Amino acid sequence: MAELTHGDATPLTTADGRPLKAALAAAQAKAKWRAFFLVLPLLLFIVITFVVPIGQMLQRSVYHDGFSKTSPNLAAWFDANPAGTEPDEAAFAALAADLVLMKDNRLAGEAGTRINYSVPGTRSLFTASARGADELAPPFREALTGQDAKWGDPLIWVAMREAASPWTTDFYLTGIDMQRTADGGIEKVAESSRVYLWLYARTFILSAVITGICLLLAFPIAHMLATLPMAKANLLMILVLLPFWTSLLVRTTSWIVLLQGQGVVNSLMVSLGIIDDAGRLQMIYNQTGTIIVMVHILLPFMVLPLYSVMRVIPPGYARAARSLGATSWTTFRRIYLPQTLPGIGAGVLLVFILAVGYYITPALVGGADGQLFSNQIQFHMSKSNWSQAAALAAMLLAGVLVLYWLYDRLIGIDKLKLG
Amino acid sequence: MKKLLVLSTALAGFALPAVAQEITVMGWGGAYTNSQIEAYQKPFTEKTGIKVNSVDADNPATPVKAQVDAGNVTVDVASLEIADAVRLCDEGLIIPIDAASLPDGVDGSKATDDFIAGTLTECMIPTDIFSTVVAYDASKFPEGAAPTTIADFFDLEKFPGKRGVKKGAKATLEMALMADGVPAGEVYALLATKEGQDRAFAKLDTIKKDAVFWEAGAQPPQLLADGEVTMTMGWNGRIYNAAVAENKPFTIIWDGQVFEWEGYVIPKGAPNEAAALDFVKFATSSEALAKAAEYISYGPPRKSSAPLVGNVFGTDVPMSPNLPTSPENMTNALGSDLEFWVDRDTELGERYNAWLVSN
Repeated sequence: MAELTHGDATPLTTADGRPLKAALAAAQAKAKWRAFFLVLPLLLFIVITFVVPIGQMLQRSVYHDGFSKTSPNLAAWFDANPAGTEPDEAAFAALAADLVLMKDNRLAGEAGTRINYSVPGTRSLFTASARGADELAPPFREALTGQDAKWGDPLIWVAMREAASPWTTDFYLTGIDMQRTADGGIEKVAESSRVYLWLYARTFILSAVITGICLLLAFPIAHMLATLPMAKANLLMILVLLPFWTSLLVRTTSWIVLLQGQGVVNSLMVSLGIIDDAGRLQMIYNQTGTIIVMVHILLPFMVLPLYSVMRVIPPGYARAARSLGATSWTTFRRIYLPQTLPGIGAGVLLVFILAVGYYITPALVGGADGQLFSNQIQFHMSKSNWSQAAALAAMLLAGVLVLYWLYDRLIGIDKLKLG
Repeated sequence: MKKLLVLSTALAGFALPAVAQEITVMGWGGAYTNSQIEAYQKPFTEKTGIKVNSVDADNPATPVKAQVDAGNVTVDVASLEIADAVRLCDEGLIIPIDAASLPDGVDGSKATDDFIAGTLTECMIPTDIFSTVVAYDASKFPEGAAPTTIADFFDLEKFPGKRGVKKGAKATLEMALMADGVPAGEVYALLATKEGQDRAFAKLDTIKKDAVFWEAGAQPPQLLADGEVTMTMGWNGRIYNAAVAENKPFTIIWDGQVFEWEGYVIPKGAPNEAAALDFVKFATSSEALAKAAEYISYGPPRKSSAPLVGNVFGTDVPMSPNLPTSPENMTNALGSDLEFWVDRDTELGERYNAWLVSN
């Protein structure tokens, strides 16, 4: 090719005398643009509905300007004085000036809310002090600490220093059960308030258990569906899909009706004499309830990929293995199972990722110990603490991505088969 | 056609100021708005000739904030929860209302003394009080041996059976402390300390193994009806509705109730501010508040209204025993401290969640 275009010979041209290379590029560019315009709607859709919101969420987890936008004076003082400097009169003067700013813009509540995330009990400190900010006079240290002794608390100054810049790691610190100390270091929060790490681990363990149960239950079902004659298989398939088409809330509440203390299952067992009336089993409002209901809800996501893979496995391979003397177990283990791996991979990944983010079901049937990490995200959403919710969501996302990467390394994502 | 439209719009524009008196009141819809229409709006129009348009929102705080931010306010009066009212007041989106300008109670007491202590804030005039209470299924306890106090809720020996507990710190911790013998007046001072918090959680520990945790307000009456719990925390309006509308044997223990309130606010830049203020004053008078309580089991926030409350609308059953504010129900009641919860919501909420999932 190179010789044709760069050699001594005159370059090839088209009939109208343009160089062939340029003409070809022009023609291809048109086709490329056409192709690009065809995918443009999808691209825009993905950018608008997926990339932008997730990007915004991730940004929120490290960005909160509730305090910084009304604290220019404090920010200047913090810049001029390194961490650990005892707040002096100039610092309190900056604080007083910012309080006036907060009062004028009516943003004391918002600023206080930001500091309140790090030091509980300070939102009202800001709103109360901002209310009287105009009357503050030097010396400001005495004026402010006289108004409320809390202004002398070094923890508040550490929190204000961190919040004076909108970019912060505070929300991730909370997410791993840590907090800042008065001397600027970090420490674990009190034992009684530690919740995130332990719940994070349990969410992944519970999701793994749920995925495992789903696989055990779905494998034989999918195999039966795949080997039955089409007419019967389709009929049975409807039984798999029917619950799938039913509203999530309806299914969850029907499980409550079935499993609760005075529910159908318990009453049946009592009337059959299997258990006595005082010994009714606690099957819901706890971890057991969460597992049972989530397995039921997620089962179709396991059955469908398995079925689609099993459907196309030629029965001849297994027959050949048997005829060559393999036992039925060996045939299953060495011949059949490896061929279903793409389906298992797809089902496991799908169910696991859905389970990790589940929230309504554990909220309704989880009681005390059946809570998942996403319930904490919801807790912060309901308190309008979007940054904390975003940080927790990002942690969950990171966990899933790590597992996805592991999966790719161990099994290979190209082997995934969803249908 | 277009010309006609322009003409009629212009005419309407001229005509409106002439008729002038018309205000828009935003409520929450349902039985709650209905009580406000019957007790406040209809009598107000009758008395003053000012027409009242009633519109509804899921939570009026959201449209009020949006309207004031956009500088296009159509609402004159809005019904808000106290938490939202304080927030919007902090942000300067609703105007301060001088409580001293409100009419005296029928018993002659000044408005500032007449409203239950702590319920009057800078920007909101309370219209009704609802509360978190403990309720039980009367059929589950023998005659004369039913629970009567908040402490009984935590007494599994004397009153065995499952307990419905709110999945959230607010009101739950207050009740735990009151059950532990803390007088209502000292609850928040104690709860602000580590010792007080430890004490509240220790009290909750005593019923944790028999607790069924609920999240939505519809759950407590359901848990009681299904026999899943014998006693539960719940919202008095929901329990009352289940008891009356569905004829269930549910009884409310008023001892240790934690009450909150809602009220009227005027958005900044309301188109008819003067008439709006007149309406708020009228609606929060002793008689109007008492009348609203006949339509819904939320209590009037004025003490002078209590004796004026008649029968449940359309029946000959007195409403008074079902209201959080009736004197006999207020003997050991705690007003939810808004400032406290604004400051401590996240902290205590996290600790509550940690307590929930710990063994």
